[in-house]
Amino acid sequence: MESREQNQVGVRRTVIRTMAVLVGMFAFAFALVPLYDVFCQITGINGKVDATAQSIVHEEVDESRYINVQFITRGSPGLPWQMSVEMHQMSVHPGQTAEVDFTFTNNSHKESWGQAVPSVSPSNATRHLRKVSCFCFEEQQLQGNERLTIPLVFQLARDLPADINTITLVYTLYPIERAIQTASLNNIINHGVKNDPKNEAKNNNAAGETI
Amino acid sequence: MSPKLPPQPHVQHSTTAVADGQSHAHPAPPKGILRWLLTTNHKEIGSLYLIFSLTMFFVGGIFALVVRAELFQPGLQLVQPEFFNQMTTMHGLIMVFAAVMPAFTGLANWMIPLQIGAPDMALPRLNNFSFWLLPVAFTLLLSTLLMPGGGPNFGWTFYAPLSTNYAPPSTTFFILSLHLAGISSILGAINIIATILNMRAPGMRLMDMPLFVWTWLITAFLLIAVMPVLAAVITMMLMDINFGTSFFNAAGGGDPVLFQHLFWTFGHPEVYIMILPAFGIVSAIIPTFARKPLFGYASMVYATAAIAFLSFLVWAHHMFVVGMPLVAELFFMYTTMLIAVPTGVKVFNWVTTLFRGSISFESPMLFALAFVVLFTIGGFSGLMLAIAPADFQYHDTYFVVAHFHYVLVPGAIFAIMAGVYYWLPKWTGHYPNERLAQWHFWFSIIGVNLTFFPMHFAGLAGMPRRIPDYALQFADFNLLSSIGAFFFGASQLLFVLGIILCVRGGKKAPAKAWEGAEDLEWTVPCPAPLHTFETPPVFHRTSH
Repeated sequence: MESREQNQVGVRRTVIRTMAVLVGMFAFAFALVPLYDVFCQITGINGKVDATAQSIVHEEVDESRYINVQFITRGSPGLPWQMSVEMHQMSVHPGQTAEVDFTFTNNSHKESWGQAVPSVSPSNATRHLRKVSCFCFEEQQLQGNERLTIPLVFQLARDLPADINTITLVYTLYPIERAIQTASLNNIINHGVKNDPKNEAKNNNAAGETI
Repeated sequence: MSPKLPPQPHVQHSTTAVADGQSHAHPAPPKGILRWLLTTNHKEIGSLYLIFSLTMFFVGGIFALVVRAELFQPGLQLVQPEFFNQMTTMHGLIMVFAAVMPAFTGLANWMIPLQIGAPDMALPRLNNFSFWLLPVAFTLLLSTLLMPGGGPNFGWTFYAPLSTNYAPPSTTFFILSLHLAGISSILGAINIIATILNMRAPGMRLMDMPLFVWTWLITAFLLIAVMPVLAAVITMMLMDINFGTSFFNAAGGGDPVLFQHLFWTFGHPEVYIMILPAFGIVSAIIPTFARKPLFGYASMVYATAAIAFLSFLVWAHHMFVVGMPLVAELFFMYTTMLIAVPTGVKVFNWVTTLFRGSISFESPMLFALAFVVLFTIGGFSGLMLAIAPADFQYHDTYFVVAHFHYVLVPGAIFAIMAGVYYWLPKWTGHYPNERLAQWHFWFSIIGVNLTFFPMHFAGLAGMPRRIPDYALQFADFNLLSSIGAFFFGASQLLFVLGIILCVRGGKKAPAKAWEGAEDLEWTVPCPAPLHTFETPPVFHRTSH
C-alpha cells in the first residue's frame, strides 16, 4: 500500500532528525561548560576575580563614601592549613589603596602546597576591585609547621556602583597536589592563560616541535 | 513536517502488507510472561506502562508516608536524619521519573494511535525496548537503598557537590539508573513524534488532532531537547566522582553554580513535561461532560506551544538566592510571570467550555474539574514564588513544597486519574464502578488539601524543607499534613480496587462510552480489540 511506504519514509526522516537534535543537545550541554566560564569572565557575574595583578590607578579618592570591606577565610578538607586575617573588616573610600595581612599556618609536620581561591560578593563589585598584590595569584608552599604572612593590596575603583556599601571577599584554601603538576590546575584557576609568559613559551615549544 | 496525505478511499490490503504481518492474519502471540516481554502492540505496552507507573506510585507513596510519619511530631521518633534524606530524595525521584512520566507515556501509547487513526506506534519494537528499560532502571535505583552508605540522599535535584564530593558510594548506580530512565523517555518521545507526524488518518491535519495528541507532541519535543542535557549533567557528575574531573568542584576550578544552571535547564522544561499532557487529558474530558466543543481549540494549541517555549527561558527562577545580578533576577522574574499568560488562556478556555454547557458529574469530570481549580491554586503560589524579592523568604521552605505538590498531585496525578476513569471503558469494555470512583474522588480531594494546604502556612512561617525535625511552632500544621497524607495514601487503595473490579467485570460499555465524546477512539468497540485501524478510518472534520 502506497501510503504505508510513504509512512516508512516519513518515520525514517523523523527519527534521523530527532536523533540529530538529541546529539546536538548533548554536545551543547557540554559546550555550555566553557561557554559559562567565558560568559562569567566577560560579565564578571560569578564573583571570580582575574588572577593577575593589576596596577594602581591614580584617581581622586571619594571621601564622601565609606565602603565596608569584609574578609572571610575558609579551609578545605585535605589541607591541614589555617588561614587567618589581621582584621575581619575595614572601611575604605573608593579610589583609596588599602593593605591587609593574611597569615597561613601549616598545622602538620609535612611540607604541602595550597592555593587560596577568591570569590567576591556582591558579584557585580568584582570588576571594580583591583588587586595590586595578592597571595591568591600563586600557589603557596609551606614547610611543616611553618607560618607565613602575606599582605593583600587592593584598590576599589571610583566608579563602584552607588548601591554597593559592603563588599565581602571570601578566600577558600584548596590543596594543590604537586604530583599532578600544577599547570593544568593553574590554567583553570587563572583565567589569564594567554597572559602567562611561561605558558606561551611552552605553547611555542610545542608548536615548534610539531613543525 | 509530514507530507499532507490526501484523503483516500478504502483500499484492500496488497500482498506485501500481508507479508509484513500488518493485516488481519496475525501470528498467535507467545503465551505467558514472554507475551509481555516480547509484545510490540501499543495497547499492551500502554498497559504495561500504566501498571508499572501505578506500582511505582505506591512505592513512592510509601516513601512519602515515611517522611510524613517522621514529621508527625517534632523531634526524631522513627528514622534517622540520614535515612530521612534518602526517603525525601527517593520519593521525589520515583514520583517524577517512575510514576508521572511513565503514566503519561502509557496513556500516549494507548490513546495516541487510537486518537489519530493509526494501527500502532511508528516504531513498535523500540516501544517495547523503551518500556522494559524502566523496570531495570528503577530496580537498580531502589537497590541503592540496600547498599552500604545508603541510597541517594541529596534531594531529587541532586545539587553538586552534595551529589559528588559528599555523596554516598551508591551514587554511580543512581547515575546509571537515571541514564536508563532518560534513554527510555527519549526513545518514547521519538516514537511519539514519528507516530504523530507520519501516521495520522488520511485527511487529519495537525490542527484537527485532539488536544491530548497536540500536548504530547509538544511534550515529546521538550523531552528530545532536555533529556540529553540531563544525560550530560549526570555524565559530568559521573566523571567528577570517578575520573577526577572538576566540572562542579571548585577546588579544581569548576563551579557548583554551573551545576544548578545545567540542572534547571533540564529541570524547568521537565516540570512542563509533567503537566502538558495533563492539559491535554483535561481538554478531552471537559468538552465531553459539558457536551460542548472545546472553546478556543487553536488558542489552546498556541498556548501549549508558548508555555513550552517560555519554559526554556525561566530556569534561573529556581536559583534566585545563589547571588545573581539584579538584571538577571528581573529577567527571570518577568519571563516566569509571562508563563501565567498562556496558562491563563487555558484556564479561561476550560471555564468557557463549561459555560452554559449541559454538565454531568461523572468521576472523570470530577477529577478534571478538581484539576482546574487546584492546579490554578498551584499556579498562583507559583506566581508568588516568581517574585524575586519574595522568593528570598520562600526559598527552600515548605511553601515551595506546597506549591509544587499542588501542581503535581491535584495537577498531574488527578489528570492521570481522570484519564484512567475516562478511558477505562475503552480499555476493559466495562464502566468503572461509579460509586467507588466517587468515594475515591471525595477522599482524594479531602486528603490532598488536608496534606498540602497547611504546608503553605508552615512555609510562610519559615519551616525549611528536607529537615527531619522542626520547631514547636510548626507542630500543628505538620500534624494536619501527616493525617492528610495517610488519609490520601489509604484512599488510593480505592483507585486500585476500582481498576481491578473494572478489569474483571462491570456494566458493559458501548463503543461511544460517554455521550458527549467525539474523538476517533470512540469509533472502535469497547474493549478496543488488539488491532485497530488496520485500514485507516475516514476522518470527518468536526468544527473546532
